[in-house]
Amino acid sequence: MAETATTLPPRPAQEAPRFELKSFLTRYGSWIALALLILVNLAITPNFATWQTLNVNLTQVCAIVIVGVGMTLVIATGGIDLSVGALMAIAGALAPLIFLGKLFPLPSPAVGIALAFVLPVLVTGILGLFNGWLITHLRIQPIIATLVLFIAGRGIAQVFTNGNLQVFNLPEFQFIGLGRIFGIPFQAFLMVAIVAAAAWMLRRTMFGRQILAVGGNERAARLAGIPVASVKQRVYLISGLLSGIAGLIVIARNSAADANLVGLGMELDAIAAVAVGGTLLTGGRATVIGTLVGALIIQLVRYTLLANGVPDAAALVAKAGIIVLAVWLQRQGQR
Amino acid sequence: MAPLLSMHGINKRFAGIPALRAAELVVEKGEVHALIGQNGAGKSTLIKILTGYYAKDSGEIVFDGKPVTFSSPQEAQGAGISTIYQEINLVPYRSVTENICLGREKRRFGLLDWRAMHAEARALLSRFNIDIDVHRPLMAYPTAVQQMVAIARAIGFEAKLVIMDEPTSSLDEREVEVLFGVIRQLKAAGVSVIFVSHKLDELYSVCDRVTIMRDGRTVQVAPMAELSRLDLVTTMLGRELTQVLQEGRKADDTVDTRKPILKVQDLAIGRRVRGVDFEVRPGEIVGLAGLLGAGRTESVRAVFGADKPDTGMIRFAGSDKAMTEPADAIRAGMGFCSEDRKLEGIIPDMSVRENLTLALMPQLARRGIVDEGRSREIVDQFIKRLGIRCSDPEQRIRELSGGNQQKVLLARWLCMNPKLLILDEPTRGIDVGAKAEILSLIRELAGQGLGVLMISSELEEIVEAASRIFVLRDGRTVAELEGDAVNEQSVMAAMAHGHESNREAAHG
Repeated sequence: MAETATTLPPRPAQEAPRFELKSFLTRYGSWIALALLILVNLAITPNFATWQTLNVNLTQVCAIVIVGVGMTLVIATGGIDLSVGALMAIAGALAPLIFLGKLFPLPSPAVGIALAFVLPVLVTGILGLFNGWLITHLRIQPIIATLVLFIAGRGIAQVFTNGNLQVFNLPEFQFIGLGRIFGIPFQAFLMVAIVAAAAWMLRRTMFGRQILAVGGNERAARLAGIPVASVKQRVYLISGLLSGIAGLIVIARNSAADANLVGLGMELDAIAAVAVGGTLLTGGRATVIGTLVGALIIQLVRYTLLANGVPDAAALVAKAGIIVLAVWLQRQGQR
Repeated sequence: MAPLLSMHGINKRFAGIPALRAAELVVEKGEVHALIGQNGAGKSTLIKILTGYYAKDSGEIVFDGKPVTFSSPQEAQGAGISTIYQEINLVPYRSVTENICLGREKRRFGLLDWRAMHAEARALLSRFNIDIDVHRPLMAYPTAVQQMVAIARAIGFEAKLVIMDEPTSSLDEREVEVLFGVIRQLKAAGVSVIFVSHKLDELYSVCDRVTIMRDGRTVQVAPMAELSRLDLVTTMLGRELTQVLQEGRKADDTVDTRKPILKVQDLAIGRRVRGVDFEVRPGEIVGLAGLLGAGRTESVRAVFGADKPDTGMIRFAGSDKAMTEPADAIRAGMGFCSEDRKLEGIIPDMSVRENLTLALMPQLARRGIVDEGRSREIVDQFIKRLGIRCSDPEQRIRELSGGNQQKVLLARWLCMNPKLLILDEPTRGIDVGAKAEILSLIRELAGQGLGVLMISSELEEIVEAASRIFVLRDGRTVAELEGDAVNEQSVMAAMAHGHESNREAAHG
């Protein structure tokens, strides 16, 4: 391994080759890990190179990535959003109520479906703004502010549905979770579109620059005229909107909405994907593509273990191990 | 009688750079001793060596008749040297007794002996004439009492020497009086005090003798009563009065009648700023001088909208609409380089280019998308114009030297084409070469019509750069110097005494 390190672009001379290896790993570690995982699977997992495997893994990972994109932006400002899972449950509870006509009478089923896409996402967006309001106006720390909806959100979703499981069969709506284009799940296209848009936004737009400036040095950002409060509000809004979309995907996939289970533990999966992807958890440095890769790694490790007969419980331990490794590597790079 | 503490020939280097050069400090028993000097003069280093926080490179410390070398603050405290810092380091929710006895609890049969501890707390506080219920939580008492408890805790029963490092910065006038009462009691009890402060009034009202440090050396030791304020300030800043003979000021004698771009009147913010006036005309460099804590930074932050003033008028470019956010001030045409580059200036993980264009971004973006081509053009232009040394514009700013970081921050504002540039200590922590470059740049910009408001603690720098200087002392403007009056002597005189007459004249 030491040989590969010396062929890298030159670093300041006084640093030892070992350190260069570390910085290389920090930078490209997640890509290498993903490539290794795919290679290992090609070698040992039966039927790995099939459409089915690809689709299974994509379906599993989409919701995490979509939520993870919002989480990446939030973390880039130095915050965190624990409410994403609960917001998914709210969106997931609202949508069936709307298209089944339980909330208000529908002029036509098509209107119901359209509203079922739009309204739940708007509601979670507003709740995201509420998070941002708590953080910027009441100056509550993000972890506590978003804990409010983490706790209350799922309760709200259960109140909507009286705690009942809502089962439905509505292909037009479920296209978001079950539909396919050229044999690839529609949600994967949606995911790629969201990742691409967010990555472009972070790199090329003023808003993206403002997000990183706020996360990198909030006081300096304010003195440079950046509207810190508004930037923060907007990232929590985006996180809310994306959580809503993810909630719709999950219920569409399951043909059922269970306020108890939709998005359960999602906040932690999303944060894990962000961390493994190489975004700095203290803010100021973020990569949306990294989050996608991070989520894919976590998913693939789990799949690899399951496909090779390792029980799910052990897979969870492996997931924890990856997170520790990723965060450790990140710390090495911060000198 | 042998002194309680004598430190002789103390040397200390940090990374090869001398912080102390044969520094001396002698404190008699029962004496209140002032230790003063500018930032970086070496006072804190000397104190930290005494209390065992740093190890000295060479030199001798004799405390209470024995040569000592403390290797930790705990050891120094055990020997009878207590230190009181600016902040109150106590646990507000716990009782007064718990706070006082924290870390030295009395035990009986392995259990806490509350009765003995309450008695000890009461006895200790009564030494300072404080009679409060020690069972109640500390937060139930006003800050002054909390401060007293902190002092009592630090001093305990054993202290022979108490070091107070700017103890009054968070106290109001009444609390300061209480503190001075304590100091006098300590003195009466034979305890010595080392008092570090920048407020001359305080030094003269409580201290017996003074040690003045400059550039890591002890430059003067004298009884307080024999040293005039002017002498004290000149010694501290290192200027001989006789030396300060300004030959032919370059001041253009054309009396400036242009309307001021910025006018500030009767500004008040909390305890730090209590009546500050100044103004800046276009094309003029105005200096704000004053000792630390005089309220200079607080005033300019209020002008820029970074902090909210309590009262007062700030008129900028013909409008006295208050700036509530820096963004308002920037839109109106101001720029502000704060005094702490790291904390409030650079975004360390961002590139030189991103840092430079941070404030300009709204103008660089079309429908929210940053025009990278134009951004690169502007950045290249400023890197060339200001001589910013970086390997490439995409290099992270944290990898640059202090001087180059400062140039990037200057460029951040210059590319906005501002009407007024506020510079708080623009040359702090910058090497000599870069310093000269930055100062000549500032002058050149003023020549092109930019109004500059500059804070600097370096007298030489401010006198050389500014054509007008407002001197602040204890939160008030005490003098306005213009033309021939802009020299180190007048500035120091104003810092020491205030120039009431001068000010009256200026304001008619």
